[in-house]
Amino acid sequence: MTTPLLAIRGLRAAYGKIEALKGVDLDIAQGEIVALIGANGAGKSTLMMTIFGKPRAKAGRIAFDGQDITEVPTHHIARLRIAQSPEGRRIFPRMSVAENLQMGADATETSEADRAAGLERVLTLFPRLKERLTQRGGTLSGGEQQMLAIGRALMSRPRLLLLDEPSLGLAPLIARQIFEAIRTLNKQDGLTVLIVEQNANHALRLAHRGYVMVNGLITLSGSGAELLQRPEVRAAYLEGGRGA
Amino acid sequence: MAPLTPAPAAAATAAAAKKRGLDVAFIFKKSLISALVALVLFSLMIGVRTEAGPTGQLIYWTRFGDLAAMVGAVFAGSIVVELLRWWWGPVGTVHSVGPKVQGALSFAGRVLPPLMLGFTFLMPVIFYDQRYILDLGILVLTYVMLGWGLNVVVGLAGLLDLGYVAFYAVGAYSYALLATNFGLSFWVCLPLAGILAAFWGVLLGFPVLRLRGDYLAIVTLAFGEIIRLVIINWQSLTGGPNGISGIPRPTMFGIPLTPAEDGLAARLGIEFSPTHRIVFLFYLILALALLTNWVTIRLRRLPIGRAWEALREDEVACRALGINTTTTKLTAFATGAMFGGFAGAFFATRQGFISPESFTFQESALVLAIVVLGGMGSQLGVALAAVAMIGGFELFRGLDQYRMLVFGLAMVLLMIWRPRGLIGHRAPTVFLEQSRAISSDLVKEGR
Repeated sequence: MTTPLLAIRGLRAAYGKIEALKGVDLDIAQGEIVALIGANGAGKSTLMMTIFGKPRAKAGRIAFDGQDITEVPTHHIARLRIAQSPEGRRIFPRMSVAENLQMGADATETSEADRAAGLERVLTLFPRLKERLTQRGGTLSGGEQQMLAIGRALMSRPRLLLLDEPSLGLAPLIARQIFEAIRTLNKQDGLTVLIVEQNANHALRLAHRGYVMVNGLITLSGSGAELLQRPEVRAAYLEGGRGA
Repeated sequence: MAPLTPAPAAAATAAAAKKRGLDVAFIFKKSLISALVALVLFSLMIGVRTEAGPTGQLIYWTRFGDLAAMVGAVFAGSIVVELLRWWWGPVGTVHSVGPKVQGALSFAGRVLPPLMLGFTFLMPVIFYDQRYILDLGILVLTYVMLGWGLNVVVGLAGLLDLGYVAFYAVGAYSYALLATNFGLSFWVCLPLAGILAAFWGVLLGFPVLRLRGDYLAIVTLAFGEIIRLVIINWQSLTGGPNGISGIPRPTMFGIPLTPAEDGLAARLGIEFSPTHRIVFLFYLILALALLTNWVTIRLRRLPIGRAWEALREDEVACRALGINTTTTKLTAFATGAMFGGFAGAFFATRQGFISPESFTFQESALVLAIVVLGGMGSQLGVALAAVAMIGGFELFRGLDQYRMLVFGLAMVLLMIWRPRGLIGHRAPTVFLEQSRAISSDLVKEGR
């Protein structure tokens, strides 16, 4: 493998005295979809947030495109064109859809051309958003809000997209649409994606490679199809992480 | 319910009641409970009156008549409230507004601001002889400006600031001290007052960066009080409770508005009148308020304004999008404080005398009430609320001690019927073909 786009080595992070990440190693190659699965409280979202510096890593190293970003301030990380769609969507409910999308490009020094291209891309990917551009974010349905959250993250023309539980609280049909959009983005735009999911079945089918996380440690890794076959994965997923 | 409704309408109302489900038993029960609570509350407060007698012993007497009247009033009142509520339809459900009404509203929204502005411009001409009205106009405009300034912090950035008066005070004292000690003119001091207030805004901003909501409100409240107490106690600089008097009046770009020979009246060859100064002050505060409004509207369309609003909506999402929340909050504080400082400098020059009494918590509360009543984030709403609040205060001056009662009642009613303030919707800043406001009634309360 060539140098991975994102390389995480021995990453530790804690909330106060409670250690959430206990030495995580993870690689994401350019153009890859990587799924991170695990039960509640395994540390998946913490890993996602630690990449963004909230909370700060206690030990270990995060490198993006060969550059150490472990100590880079949170708001600068987005400017390296790592975009995140946080857990629970977190769109801006009282702002219009168009404004929500603009927000994605505002802080990242995106050029006007890139901004327009980004908007164009988002609206072709999610035509539903085009119909709702002037509507307030809060009036959208859950699935549309998820599209908006992903669209907002795409506005900065990211090189790496971090998705935290994009299928959370969505009807299976809508969840499939979201996953389909992620696949399209990866195929057509060559976008690199790290997707954190509880919906292991879906996520592993979508991903090229997957990691299984249990209690702050990566316990298994391999190709998506491979992991799906492993009995431990099924056990880990079905028994809430205690079985692995 | 028969005795409560007029006889001819009774049949129709009864039919309607059946249709809309007027629950007489429920209303009666609810009113009874209210009356019971009132009885418990008032039995000691009103029922028994105690006083220290001439020799120091406690004497008391009962006032059961008054108590009964109060409880009766509460009982009747809650029946009336329930009936009103039933009359107005269920509270808390979504009223979808018909297209006709929406069209009329948006037409009013488009026509009202220019009309109001035009009227304000003409006010000194129309009411030239009525100094009272002009003074009131200046007062209202001062609060409009303060409201618009605080709107940046509270309405846009969503940072609940209960100590806004601190910046008003900083601005006023900056001008007063600079003018009386160094003889600087108003036009030099105005930007200085703004800068100093903004500086204090940043100073306050730093320690409260981590705080939100209630916690932030308490710290800002304390900050407002600290500034006032410092002003009271730092006698050598601020004159303490005596305040600062003899603050120079503003000049029209160097030309004093006095009967002196180099005054404006003499230069223009017209007869001097003290009204000239009032009119000048009127246009001055109007210009300052419009500046505040213009800057706010422009900022809202820039990334920084969007970032403020996004910060109000969701701080975590902002961080994930690469927004520096620290600088965003500080700029909001500084911008709001700067306008407070401008207004303070104006206040000082208008009054010619300032003392700490002008900068109590009540001012902060009043300005905040204007912003909340107007509809947070709405420029027009804030202006309307300022007119209603300050104008209303004056209107009910005759009622004397009942003024606050009326004021409180109006607030309660407004919060029942328009919980998001007078103008509850928010104009979008980015749109494709045409701007369309979406009523906030359709969105759940912003987190």
